Parts: sequence; structure tokens; C-alpha cells
Amino acid sequence: MATVELEKINKIYENGFQAIYDLDLQIADKEFLVLVGPSGCGKSTALRMVAGLETISGGTMRIGDRIVNDVEPKDRDIAMVFQNYALYPHMSVYDNIGFALKLARVPKDEIDSRVRKAAAILELEANLDRKPGQLSGGQRQRVAMGRAIVRQPAAFLMDEPLSNLDAKLRVQMRAEIAALQRELAVTTVYVTHDQIEAMTMGDRVAVLKDGYLQQVDSPQNLYDRPDNVFVAAFIGSPSMNLYEASLRIEGDNATVGIGSQAVTLDPSVLGERPALRAYADKPVILGIRPEDFEDAEMMADIPVDRRITAKVSLIEALGSELMVHFGVDAAKINSGDPDAIEEASHNGTSTAVGRFSPRSRVRMGDTIEIAVSTERFHFFDPDTRLAIWH
Amino acid sequence: MTSTGTTPVLTDPGDVHPDAAMGDDGGKKGGVGDRIYGLLRAIPPGVLWLLVLVWSIPTLGLFVNSFRDRSSQRSSGWWTSLASPEQFTLDNYEVVLGASASAGLVDSLLNSFAIAIPATIIPIAMAAFAAYAFAWIDFKGRKWLFIGTVALLAVPLQVALIPLLQLFSGGAHWTIPGLDRTITFIADFDLAGNTTAVWLTHAGFAMPFAIFLLHNYISGLPKDLFEAARIDGADHFTVFWRLVLPLSIPVLAAFAIFQFLWTWNDFLIANTMVGSNPNAIPTTIRIANLAGDFGRNEHLLPAAAFVQSFVPIVVFFALQRYFVRGILAGSVKG
Repeated sequence: MATVELEKINKIYENGFQAIYDLDLQIADKEFLVLVGPSGCGKSTALRMVAGLETISGGTMRIGDRIVNDVEPKDRDIAMVFQNYALYPHMSVYDNIGFALKLARVPKDEIDSRVRKAAAILELEANLDRKPGQLSGGQRQRVAMGRAIVRQPAAFLMDEPLSNLDAKLRVQMRAEIAALQRELAVTTVYVTHDQIEAMTMGDRVAVLKDGYLQQVDSPQNLYDRPDNVFVAAFIGSPSMNLYEASLRIEGDNATVGIGSQAVTLDPSVLGERPALRAYADKPVILGIRPEDFEDAEMMADIPVDRRITAKVSLIEALGSELMVHFGVDAAKINSGDPDAIEEASHNGTSTAVGRFSPRSRVRMGDTIEIAVSTERFHFFDPDTRLAIWH
Repeated sequence: MTSTGTTPVLTDPGDVHPDAAMGDDGGKKGGVGDRIYGLLRAIPPGVLWLLVLVWSIPTLGLFVNSFRDRSSQRSSGWWTSLASPEQFTLDNYEVVLGASASAGLVDSLLNSFAIAIPATIIPIAMAAFAAYAFAWIDFKGRKWLFIGTVALLAVPLQVALIPLLQLFSGGAHWTIPGLDRTITFIADFDLAGNTTAVWLTHAGFAMPFAIFLLHNYISGLPKDLFEAARIDGADHFTVFWRLVLPLSIPVLAAFAIFQFLWTWNDFLIANTMVGSNPNAIPTTIRIANLAGDFGRNEHLLPAAAFVQSFVPIVVFFALQRYFVRGILAGSVKG
């Protein structure tokens, strides 16, 4: 049981490539922290530095009260679960789980009781004599977990442990790992590129991009109040719609222009975010979550100045909701996520995605009125790309 | 958690080591290798059996001849006796395996074992350590040392034979000019005419290839395994002993077979190193000498050849079960 602290951690590879810049993270005891980001953002490197598998180029790493910069992995009192499980293929499940204890010269009967206890927690008792090759993907994943929990370490480090499982199993294991972590109450650092995993599992989520920490916060706060354009677009599926927009302010009335259409902002927006006044008659980046669009037919009392008109280009019916794609004549903002397929806006029009009620009767090709929840708009500075909240 | 009552045994082709993946699934579509594989697959088994037969005829002829007496060997072809099997005799084998001083092979067989066994085990033992170090231990000059080692593959054995023999028998000394003092680097071991000289030479010349082969295999083991072991608290020796050796069994067996065959069948090195000592010569030299002056014992050659080749066949079948398919199955995925 321990805290994990990263203080101004840097990683520069021998070829001069800098993977991590001044990373500061304080992970509390028993906390489940998720490191998330697109490929190449440095999240795995950061985890491997905690594990001791990568050298630390600068900064201080603490596990518990101890500085571990130069401590060997085996002496850091951590256990790691690898993306590929990295099971020892020639050993039985029992020996795989007990290997670390055996190397630590733990007495045989204690190894036996601890391995059996770990196997019981993970429901692996029936498979203890099997080799990893005889197990299914989910069972292998559990053996990898077993190998970690049997050591009763100060911290678990998990490097995309679910990415090799098929979608259904992944959802199930996601819940199992989160529940197990809460039960064992061990500090956990979990790396993933999947923002859904990050949101569902983490007590807090740290978003990384290009070696820089973007934001650390609880999943709900990341979603509701992203600090910058990248976090706004990265968290949430489908992504936040981001457009170049212009702001007009007259007294306490503000309107935002989305392409050729204008929407009047709810008075609360300007009241809560006075900093927006500085952007009067200037361009801003406007962010709208898909659920803040709704078919106006469903909300008949929405005033006309909080609607936009658009042509529906595609409808994805998911049963519980409709994902409606429609055209907007405003330029789209590139969020900078290297994994996302950035759709260029052509002829000044781009696509927006709205999450409509399943009772909506819109059809493809219709030109419809769409209600927008202006009080939940996100605004970003077009130069710094930081959110304007105050 | 889900039920763990029944466990599917995976036959996911992705789990099988690529070297062993040929055979049942035919691989993915498209590549040149797959097209060649497809073409070869299309050859009917009858054609393959015919090739086997044609290929085996010389051996078959030798085998039949080994059971015929001197006069019939000299007067007619081996196929003529297939019609009259009553002519077959075990006399040749009795002479060859008997105690006859002029024609017996037993002593030389023991000499062959005394050469081939250390010449197989010693390079494997040393090369496995070296290959692991080259593959997974980060030390200064590793790359150049490895290049140097592999470059030794290019040194032809023949140029080194006489210098080696000189070294084994006369040692290495240097007389300091003008001082009348001699420094001995290597003592006069007087190994000429001794089987030790033969297996030492074999072991030395096997090292570059053994290191190269084992390195290629060991460096291809999944990196995650080594990192997992490091976190589990394994030092280099534990990783080597508990992980690398068990997982390298297929390549160790393959190299053992090749090396044993090569040393067992070697004539040149043995002839150079022990040719002068009739008590230390291996079977290959014994057989070459067997024919004797004027071909007096020529008729014993087929039987002797089969006695000589029996051992490598046994070694091959004993080790081939270690060519385990998919030894890495279940360790890593992706």
C-alpha cells in the first residue's frame, strides 16, 4: 500500500527523442489512476518508468516514501500486468503465479496457500495444472492478474491489459478488474488508449499527448470541463463537435455564429463565464457535445433562436439513441489526436453528430430543426486552445 | 466472474511459433512464400513417393550389398540377388563388429563417441550462454563483439588445421630477442594423436555458428517475457536457466543433431589430428583404411558404412521429438 509520485519526470531516449516532458502526477494510496492518450503519447513509457523497465532521464520518482529512480524493478515492490500477458509458456498456471514468490524464497507451503488464494479470487482453481497455451484469452488475462496479486505489491501497473481481448470479454474484464482493485485496495496505474476504459475504471484519469500531461481529473470532470481542445475531443464518444465560431455580445445578450447561423446563448453562460466578454467579435472555438443537440420536434418549447437548421446526412440507430449526422457550414477544428480520422471540411461545410432521442422521427435527407443546449457549450481560445471557463 | 468449468484448447494459428506454423493452416493468403507453399501442396503424394524411391536407391543398393559375400559383390549387381534372398549372409557384419584387429570397428566406434559427444555438448553449453548475453544483456561493445564472432564463420577450417595441430602438440612460446628468455603462453600439451585434439577443434569451429543460430532464436523470444521475469525478481542467470533454456529446446536439439552428425562423419580434422595413432582413430578413418592394400577387404565397406550411419540415425530420432511445435503458445499474444 503506497502512494506513487512522479515529480518533473522526463524521458529522453538515446537518439534524442523526448518521450515525456516534466510529468507531474501524485497517485494517492489505493487510488486507481488511468493514463490515457493516443498512440505515441508516452503513457506506456511513463508506466515503464514507474516499473523500472525504462531509465528515468530527469525528475524524481517515489513509491511510498522511497525515491526509486535507481532501484531495480524487483525491489520496487510493484507488480505489472503486460498487454501480451507475458506468461511463461512452459510453466503451469500454478508455477506462473508462484514464480515471483519462488524467486523470493518464500517457503513452499506459504507459496501454496497464496497461489491458491489468488487462484480462488480469480476463479482459476480448475486450471492450475494447465499450461497457458491451453487457456482461453480471458483465462490467460486472469493468470496475468494472478501473477500480480499473489505478490501483494505496493502498486499494480497495468499496460493495456485488455486490448487483446474481444469486445464482449473486454467489457466484462473491465468491470472485474475495477472491482478487484477496489476489493484489494492497492494503488493502481492503468495505461490504456481506450477512453471508455479510462472513464469507466479510473478514480482519476490523466490525459497525455505528445509527452505532455494535458489534464488530470475525475472522469466526470474531464467530460464536463475539459481544459483544452484535445481533452475535449479525446474524451467522449462520439467526439465533441468542434467548430470555428464567432461571438457577438450586446450588453448581457450573447450570440454565437455557427457558419451562417446564429444561436443566442443562455444568459447563464455569460454570467458564469465573464472571461468570454474578452472574445466579443472575435473568433473562438466552439465545442458542442453530441447530446447537446436534440431534434427540435422532441422539445417543442425551445425558442427559435436556440435552434439551427441542418440537413441530415446519416442516421445510426442504436436502439437507445439515434446518432444523427448533419451538415454545418462552419470549419471543423482538428483536435490533434493522431489516432482520430480528422475529416477535412470541404466547401466550408462539415459534419456534426447529434445524439437524438430514439423517438425522433427524422429521416436521412430531411432538413430539420435542431435544438441546442447553449448553457452546455464549450468555448476555447483559438490560439492557446485552452478552455474559457471563468 | 465467468465459469471456468470447461476450457477450450486453443488452436489459434497466431499462437504457434512462425517457424512451426507451416503444415496445417497454409498461412495467410497472398505472399510469395504462400504461393510456393500452395504449389508444393498441389504435388500428388504419388510423385513424392517416387522421388523418395529414386533418392533411396543408392542407399538401398549399399544396404543389399552389405549382406552379400565378396565374390557375389564383385561379380554381379546388387539387384540380381533380390531374386535369390537365400544368398544373403551376416558374415560381413560379424567381421566388422568382431574383435578382428585388421577389420573390427568397435574400438573406433568408441573413439567416435569420445569425439562427437564432447564436441556436441561443449559448444551448445557455451554458445547458449553467449547467445543469451548477445541477445539480452546490454554491455559495451556488444554489437561489435557479435559481428566479430559471426565474422569467424568465414574462416575456413582448412587453413587453421596445421597451425592448430602445432599449437596442440608444441604449445605457444616466444623467445624474447636478445635476452635468451622464453615466455610460454600455452604449454606443450602434446595432444597430437589424441581424441581431445579432435573435439577441441570441432568445439572451437562450431562456436561461431552455434552462437549465431542460438542468438537468432533467443533474440526472437518475446521481450515482455524477460521484463515480466525481471519484475518477478529474476536475475540474468535465473532468466537464462528457467526461461531461455526451456524455451530454446527446439533450436538446441536442431543444433545438437547437426553438430553430432558433422563431428561423427568428419574425416579431415580427425585425420589431421590423430591420423598417426591407430588407437585413437574414429570410425570414418577406420573405414577408409578398411579396404586395405589392393582392396583386400573391399567387400566389408557396405556393412561398415551401415554400422557407422546407425548412430546418427538413432541420435536423430531421439532428438527429433524435441522439435516441439508452438513451444511459445499461450505466452504472449499480438
